[in-house]
Amino acid sequence: MPKRTDIQSVLVIGSGPIVIGQAAEFDYSGTQACRVLKSEGLRVILVNSNPATIMTDPEIADATYVEPITPEFVEKIIAKERPDALLPTLGGQTALNTAISLHGQGVLEKYGVELIGANVEAINKGEDRDLFKEVVEAVRGKIGHGESARSVICHSMDDVLNGVEELGGYPVVVRPSFTMGGAGSGFAHNEDELRRIAGQGLTLSPTTEVLLEESILGWKEYELELMRDKNDNVVVVCSIENFDPMGVHTGDSITVAPAMTLTDREYQILRDVGIAIIREVGVDTGGCNIQFAVNPADGRVIVIEMNPRVSRSSALASKATGFPIAKIAAKLAVGYTLDEIPNDITEKTPASFEPTLDYVVVKAPRFAFEKFPQADSTLTTTMKSVGEAMAIGRNFTEALQKALRSLEKKGSQFAFTGKTGDKNTLLRAAVRPTDGRINTVMQAIRAGATPEEVFDATKIDPWFVDQLFLIKEIADELAEADELTAELLGEAKRHGFSDTQIAEIRGLREDVVREVRHALGVRPVYKTVDTCAAEFAAKTPYFYSSYDEESEVAPREKPAVIILGSGPNRIGQGIEFDYSCVHASFALSDAGYETVMVNCNPETVSTDYDTSDRLYFEPLTLEDVLEIVHAESVAGPVAGVVVQLGGQTPLGLSQALKDNGVPVVGTSPEAIHAAEDRGAFGRVLAEAGLPAPKHGTATTFAEAKEIADEIGYPVLVRPSYVLGGRGMEIVYEEARLQAYIAESTEISADRPVLVDRFLDDAIEIDVDALYDGHELYLGGVMEHIEEAGIHSGDSACALPPITLGGHDIKRLRTSTEAIARGVGVRGLINIQFAMAGDILYVLEANPRASRTVPFTSKATAVPLAKAAARISLGATVAELRAEGLLPAHGDGGELPLDAPISVKEAVMPWSRFRDIQGRGVDTVLGPEMRSTGEVMGIDSVFGTAYAKSQAGAYGPLPTKGRAFISVANRDKRSMIFPARELVAHGFELLATSGTAEVLRRNGINATVVRKQSEGEGPNGERTIVQLIHDGEVDLIVNTPYGTGGRLDGYDIRTAAVARSVPCLTTVQGLAAAVQGIDALHHGGVGVRSLQEHAQHLIAARD
Amino acid sequence: MTTSTRGATKIPAVLVLEDGRVFRGRAYGAVGETFGEAVFSTGMTGYQETLTDPSYHRQVVVMTAPHVGNTGVNDEDPESQKIWVAGYVVRDPARVPSSWRSRRTLDEELARQGVVGISGIDTRALTRHLRERGAMRVGVFSGEALAPDAELLARVQGQPQMKGADLSAEVATKEAYVVPAIGEKKFTVAAIDLGIKGMTPQRMAERGIEVHVLPATATAEDVYAVEPDGVFFSNGPGDPATAEGPVALMREVLQRGTPLFGICFGNQILGRALGFGTYKLKYGHRGINQPVQDRTTGKVEVTAHNHGFAVDAPLDRVSDTPYGRAEVSHVCLNDQVVEGLQLLDRPAFSVQYHPEAAAGPHDAAYLFDRFTSLMEGQRA
Repeated sequence: MPKRTDIQSVLVIGSGPIVIGQAAEFDYSGTQACRVLKSEGLRVILVNSNPATIMTDPEIADATYVEPITPEFVEKIIAKERPDALLPTLGGQTALNTAISLHGQGVLEKYGVELIGANVEAINKGEDRDLFKEVVEAVRGKIGHGESARSVICHSMDDVLNGVEELGGYPVVVRPSFTMGGAGSGFAHNEDELRRIAGQGLTLSPTTEVLLEESILGWKEYELELMRDKNDNVVVVCSIENFDPMGVHTGDSITVAPAMTLTDREYQILRDVGIAIIREVGVDTGGCNIQFAVNPADGRVIVIEMNPRVSRSSALASKATGFPIAKIAAKLAVGYTLDEIPNDITEKTPASFEPTLDYVVVKAPRFAFEKFPQADSTLTTTMKSVGEAMAIGRNFTEALQKALRSLEKKGSQFAFTGKTGDKNTLLRAAVRPTDGRINTVMQAIRAGATPEEVFDATKIDPWFVDQLFLIKEIADELAEADELTAELLGEAKRHGFSDTQIAEIRGLREDVVREVRHALGVRPVYKTVDTCAAEFAAKTPYFYSSYDEESEVAPREKPAVIILGSGPNRIGQGIEFDYSCVHASFALSDAGYETVMVNCNPETVSTDYDTSDRLYFEPLTLEDVLEIVHAESVAGPVAGVVVQLGGQTPLGLSQALKDNGVPVVGTSPEAIHAAEDRGAFGRVLAEAGLPAPKHGTATTFAEAKEIADEIGYPVLVRPSYVLGGRGMEIVYEEARLQAYIAESTEISADRPVLVDRFLDDAIEIDVDALYDGHELYLGGVMEHIEEAGIHSGDSACALPPITLGGHDIKRLRTSTEAIARGVGVRGLINIQFAMAGDILYVLEANPRASRTVPFTSKATAVPLAKAAARISLGATVAELRAEGLLPAHGDGGELPLDAPISVKEAVMPWSRFRDIQGRGVDTVLGPEMRSTGEVMGIDSVFGTAYAKSQAGAYGPLPTKGRAFISVANRDKRSMIFPARELVAHGFELLATSGTAEVLRRNGINATVVRKQSEGEGPNGERTIVQLIHDGEVDLIVNTPYGTGGRLDGYDIRTAAVARSVPCLTTVQGLAAAVQGIDALHHGGVGVRSLQEHAQHLIAARD
Repeated sequence: MTTSTRGATKIPAVLVLEDGRVFRGRAYGAVGETFGEAVFSTGMTGYQETLTDPSYHRQVVVMTAPHVGNTGVNDEDPESQKIWVAGYVVRDPARVPSSWRSRRTLDEELARQGVVGISGIDTRALTRHLRERGAMRVGVFSGEALAPDAELLARVQGQPQMKGADLSAEVATKEAYVVPAIGEKKFTVAAIDLGIKGMTPQRMAERGIEVHVLPATATAEDVYAVEPDGVFFSNGPGDPATAEGPVALMREVLQRGTPLFGICFGNQILGRALGFGTYKLKYGHRGINQPVQDRTTGKVEVTAHNHGFAVDAPLDRVSDTPYGRAEVSHVCLNDQVVEGLQLLDRPAFSVQYHPEAAAGPHDAAYLFDRFTSLMEGQRA
């Protein structure tokens, strides 16, 4: 029974900005789904506020709405587009929640929109804890397996003590009912702890109620990915086993596919339970993810939860197996059955089977705790990682070591040299799950821990523990061997050792090891991910390396371009870079090249086997890339390697690749150096006659002090060669400078600290441009909303710039061209300027695709990354204009006056982190980037665009109610006009005494509220923090007093995060918000697709 | 779990295919020499069931899943009294098993039962070779059995082929035995053991069937002596073209109209009894992920397979046979191979795959219920 004929148009909801727990995987899923639906001849309408996604590229859907994903805006889109159906299962929790709201509000019924992919009842059964417990009970009744964790509800200490008996003893989990963010919950291992935790819990709970639950900490954790079609055919696509046992969120665990330590009997029980659950929940057409805990002592199975939608794990499973879950889910949603859908990889077998793997996949999480030093780094059931790397190997050890080196983080690979430290200390440390626990375990093994000791400390399954011992034993053999033989090297390689690790163990240089290895003929082969363990021939070149016998890379005729991706997502290097790589692949494929993608991030579109002609799922280290280049050179001609688009990761390999004779195309490594090296870049600027803020470089405090004294405080200090403003800080006085130098670990003789004059009150400007050696194409000019000093990645910005005139643009163009020429760029360059007074300072230049390329491309309707890729391989701006890839005339600096205004806003992960006392972390913006994602608001005027950006990022701006204002002295002047506007719009102002006084002197009434430090008043007057917690404040303006250290506004800002109240931490943000509120008051905020915006823009250009 | 374990596995071993391709690795299990037909199995779980499945008699099994032995060996999961595979080929054997049910390591068990294996070879390359060239004779050699490649190749080429091999009697029980019904006894079934797996009578017993397992050489007299409500023909090794005894017995059962169910080899025997041909597949179906469509309902089940031969029956029409009309009830969606037969005028059906599912998914368990319905129908 083929496709339904009653659906002509489908609305797909994306997942919005990248946040922790909901990342690029939904771009991958959504892009697949949109493509499938479009190829089925359906009109696809898409809403997603995230401009950095491939799915929001205008060619992916028929009508693309970069609008906030709120029920209000989606209703406007529905009213305008009148889709027949809504597919909510591909945009994560955001899409599912929005769809449920629209259903609840009667919007879907009103416009006759059918929910496809999952029905409301199924979504509720999957999402609601109590309903899901009933589902599990029902399943147990039917098949005799599967249960929920046992629990008892208690209202007194007696209940609690009896409850422990009932659950079969300690440890137990205590969860107070109805407390904010799970406050007061904890593990009790004995009666003392129980009395303390439960006592507190009973007090905290407004209903004097705690839930006591049996602890399944330390149990084995598994996931299954299932799909079901309308004929009730069900397949299990993939099983995943967590290396870290229960207690660590699966997103934060090292995970392995397929499951490694289950017999067939136990696996089939999980499968049976999974199938019964998907049926009982009623997911009719689509996928779901089910998590299980298995008691390692007796195999008792507890069903933890299910997600009735495509998830992070399903993206991982798709990459791990070659079975494209999202694509198939979209087909099932429009009426196909599994047996009617061909398996892309074999082409001749159907999708109604279960992939079988002849390799092992390991996923490792990437954390960013260094950006949030206050945050508690213990891993819990709340996800904290910001990205992940996946690796494929022919065995676990190979996959694991590849995954660890894919993380590209100092210390992520196992180290086998140096002192280990004390065994018992290491084992004690390994009890607490945290980033890098596996490395601690390895050190403990080196220090003499036994497998039993490791298991007792970590509950990591003995089979996995033995694999770690195996790795360690090979390291020992490497260390003890008289010489590196082909056999020994081959063995080490088969267990995933990198040349770097071998070099370290042998006290050699990495390139020497490589030379020896090559001389001995020890090189990897490339195997295919084919869904079927070689039972059928694979048509899709999706490769991974292994030190086996036979390579499957086929010869080819066309010249290949190898594109290096950006590796695991991290703060500062996220999906934006993947966007550029994918665009390069599309553009170069159109231009007649065979495209070869290299990346190790399973969340991305670039690692979809459909994106490029060939995909190598490999770490982005020099060794791994050189081997791929070698394999591809053997297969046919290689036109070049593109390093410019994947961010700092491939850029960092540029010089070494060139030194190894690899043809790096686009901007040369020397040019990259000219932009990155302070001295060289200073010369470029001097030659072009461009000013930079006064600066110097230092390797000691004395040197730094001398520079700071000369240029005057405040100064901006940072280590060199970092991305995302890592370690960057504005220093206001000498004492802090001394402390900074002392604390910094990144400073060394060849890595000096950069000390710059900090430009107070400057406007920061970002420029993205293309340069072909002769002609400049100014892609776009973005004016930051926040002043200079806040990392550009965390700052909101507007394009076209809202306060810069034609003269300023002209100066920017001239400067950009001079720098591009001086550096020697062939492709993209991003330059940050600061306008202070009337002087245009150059802050820095990056000769690569920047984070803003997708935003600029969407705001100006020009595919910059595609153009950059073409220029890298020799095309000129003039040719690209003639071809139509770039506009025939004009550029992003000359947008028509009535061009739409686009605002980019950063999304911060504050709510994810708590310190070890369980309090929130501070939300003040600074020079170190900490945002995880971004949204775009687009409209005809700035105010509306800004309001949309806020709605997309944090929820709608309030249009009435109470606004609390408390600003630093230096901001008091600039606060007056926006405050007056708020009053004019009907807001009641609350202020602390100092701010209230200033407002009153300016004729603005404000109610004085108590500071947190003043405590509750004699008559029970609440403090501002209490008011926020009680939900009585609708808007918060709080600018910090200076930076660094513990700040006065901390409690206010963390309360704002806890209560999701909009909180502005800069006066510029306030001014923009006031414009937004004004726009909302004028009403009639409309929606417009990118295609409509582009049409308008193109018409205006011609 | 020490370096010595690693050292001990470093005994060189060689795998030689009849077409001359050679793979070098390390000994696994017993050291020595073994011969058989090289086949690959794609199941990621269930190695214990695979090893003890009598259908693998005289076959050297290549596991495509790289890690084997992770859950050790327990006493519950074997499908018969011993390991039947002639040899075992794995890439990465476990050093330490992990399972609360594990009693010993797989390495020990293979050695104890004298099963010669090899590890550390490129099993994917070997699988692709077998896929492209078909299943073929193979030898695995280690220890004193090692010799120059040419000599080993000659030994391999001197072995008998699987085609034309009559093996049922070698694996089947010599004595009849009874598997009692679990709970209330509802039916009696005579099960012809052509290499039966332990789980099959178990699945029947769970449905209230008392199963009389009879030797492969059982006669119609033996069968009807137990007064069966139904007759079952099991899976088993070898070429169905040689199974003249079982085919004759089945014809007798068909003639009498006793409800009949066959699995795997039993399906091929039904095919031959009905007058269809059987043929050797290029490289067979061995795994637990095969999509089979029930042509009567259109539903797809994910199923466990282990067969090198198949029935040659027309997919597009009902066939006339000496026992009335017959049709292909199940088909493999990967390659359209016949996976099930049923008679339209008599109570008989069979499937080429393994609804008892050990190892494998339980999707096809309904077939045992179909068998009980036939027996019920016959009583009514």
